[in-house]
Amino acid sequence: MRTRLPMVSRITRTFHSAVAAGMFALLVLVVFTPTSGFAFPAFARKYGLPCSACHEAWPMLNVFGQTFKDNGYQLMNDRDSPIWQNPAYWPVTFRITPNWHRESANRVAVDTAAGPNTGEVRISSHGFDLSGMDILSGGTLYNNISFLLVPSVDSGEESIGIESAWARIDNIGKSPWLNLKFGKFEFDNVISEKRIMTLSNNGGSYQLFHFVPVGDNNAFAQIGDNQLGVEWMGHSVNDRTRASIAVVSSNDGTPGLQAGNAYSAFITASQAFNAGYGGGVDRVGAFYYVGKAPTFFRTQDGGITPIPGSGIGNKGFHREGVFGLLYVKKLDFQLYYQHGWDSAYFGNSVAANSPLPVGAQAPTWNGAFIETHWVQNPQLIFIQRSEWVRMSRQALAGTRSDLGDIDAYTFGWRWYPIMFSRAGFAVHNEYSIIKQVGTAPDLVNNLTSSSLMFGFDFDF
Amino acid sequence: MRTISIKWLALVSAVAVFLLTAAASWGQETGDSEAQRLNMEAHVNNLSGRAANGAHLYKRFCVGCHGPLGDGEGENAQWIDPKPRNFTLAIFRCRSTPTGTLPTDKDLYDTVGRGLMNSNMPHWLPLTPQDRIDLVAYVKHFSPRWEKEKPGAAIEIPKEPEVTAERVKAGQGLFQKLECWKCHGAEGRGNGPSADTLTDDQNRPIKPFNFHDSEKFKCGSQDWELYKDFMTGLDGSPMPSFADNVKPDEAWDLVFYLRTLQPMKSKEKEIAKQLGLKPINPAAAPAQAPAGNPQQ
Repeated sequence: MRTRLPMVSRITRTFHSAVAAGMFALLVLVVFTPTSGFAFPAFARKYGLPCSACHEAWPMLNVFGQTFKDNGYQLMNDRDSPIWQNPAYWPVTFRITPNWHRESANRVAVDTAAGPNTGEVRISSHGFDLSGMDILSGGTLYNNISFLLVPSVDSGEESIGIESAWARIDNIGKSPWLNLKFGKFEFDNVISEKRIMTLSNNGGSYQLFHFVPVGDNNAFAQIGDNQLGVEWMGHSVNDRTRASIAVVSSNDGTPGLQAGNAYSAFITASQAFNAGYGGGVDRVGAFYYVGKAPTFFRTQDGGITPIPGSGIGNKGFHREGVFGLLYVKKLDFQLYYQHGWDSAYFGNSVAANSPLPVGAQAPTWNGAFIETHWVQNPQLIFIQRSEWVRMSRQALAGTRSDLGDIDAYTFGWRWYPIMFSRAGFAVHNEYSIIKQVGTAPDLVNNLTSSSLMFGFDFDF
Repeated sequence: MRTISIKWLALVSAVAVFLLTAAASWGQETGDSEAQRLNMEAHVNNLSGRAANGAHLYKRFCVGCHGPLGDGEGENAQWIDPKPRNFTLAIFRCRSTPTGTLPTDKDLYDTVGRGLMNSNMPHWLPLTPQDRIDLVAYVKHFSPRWEKEKPGAAIEIPKEPEVTAERVKAGQGLFQKLECWKCHGAEGRGNGPSADTLTDDQNRPIKPFNFHDSEKFKCGSQDWELYKDFMTGLDGSPMPSFADNVKPDEAWDLVFYLRTLQPMKSKEKEIAKQLGLKPINPAAAPAQAPAGNPQQ
């Protein structure tokens, strides 16, 4: 709910050519689901801890919050079962962000006297607005059985979806190394987009968590989106060592078996340590996301109507990389590197039963971001993020080598006038700018878009 | 008239000067004392903590329950049972030191890392050892007792003997003889006849431990930790020290018996099953009082 697809990514999806693949792409557009931001005063109410106990600055977790999450939303002090709560306790949190924001894109196609889409103009729009509303319900059903249910409400669209819904059996056989989750969930990203500190249209997501090359119709490898599947997760008692493997349907979390019969796996492991510079517990880790997904649907009505769930022609993709959390007193760094690879069929938006164009090849890219936080105290945090994506091989030989490259920069601060165990409130200010090479309507110039945002972010 | 006015003026001036001086002196004393106490240190093995370094950690993690003054009156304290510790009194349950004495730094460090069962106090093991020792130093800074007194000497814990049927039975006998059942109940469910009358050191109602609740005890999960609880008492709670009333061997017997009550597989439980051990019958309790009054 809180993060949106970058405008540049949306624009890049106009490059589809093959009919079947085009219809397929239209259908998979549906699977891009918005994501919710987790900050959970319901937990604070349950345990009486201030937000700052679990969050570096909410919604971003600190090491104690990460351990609490990994333990299945349990403090492991024998007070975790809901039987210890007053029956009136309701583990639900609402979050919304009324805001003023300004969005600007430097090259937008417009109609002119010469014809449709023959001109380019800068368009800026600004005004008061609302984010979507997050409804977060989670906690324990019993000792060592945890759950999360997140219906999401889009502002203005009057639609409700199920952003997340899972149950997990924790500490099977009394071992923290055996936890089994089933349902729709976020991948086990230690750097979590669900807990991203930035909220604006441009800055509210990690580009790399959703990146696909220009002309690529692989909508299934969205690390940032919640997925439907099963996850094993294990960790040491103090959570210093942690690992997980998730097997999910390759449908980007869309319920109803609307894609095809394909699966993906997300594997990650990390190790925490104390570098000795204070401020927190440092961590390094790696991930590998690999899978296959359909490239086209069977159709009805003379090729007009794709049949949901009939996706075939599976082709592969993978993403792999490393990440780190480093602390130096009040300063901390989130470091992330990703290498990506998509099948040439995805890269060229070609159905697997159609021939690839001459020069077709599997697109690859590399990307990284550095997000820095200055945590003056639990109630004031300054944020910056610099993110870069560089294509290393285009899907079609001869394509300019930097087509689709992204530079994204975000700056902001959050001030929490209150920090206690019942609710959260933050004054949020942010500016974000993204430049993507060659994605202006003329397919030559760069597209640059920016967001400026000021809002009150609250949950209770 | 003028004489009276001058006298009054002089008197008022003198009082004002006195009050101002006293206030300044008190302020300086308080400030000095606070500043001085922020120099408080804690040491465990090769770790050294400083209260000044623990201040921001306390504010982040602890203040909601224990309060900014460390008096256990955090904003959430009213909803918590048992109540958060009042650090200004420097009275702690989980210690290795005799009843009435200050705990060692390691006692506090272990408590921070382990948490307290059946309370809202979680284990803070995810924090770094340095953070935990800094927090211990900051906790100590709340009470002037740490400046005036030294921690007690840690009690000696003898080697744990082998569990036998005789020992389990002897432990049950002690459970009856020492009248543990009066608070903890005949079955150890924390529902003895005195349970509803118990209060802590601040006269707040407190419930006896229910051994059927958990595999762990208030101050740990190991046998030796339960042994320690008998011999040191849980200061601030009605649980006294039995150091003067039971011999070390008997304390181990009691440990073995209490293990039979917990919801877990154990050698003790197996023995109890083989013995067909039934809960004690309070009505059949020996008329004579225990060997002596336990230390409070």
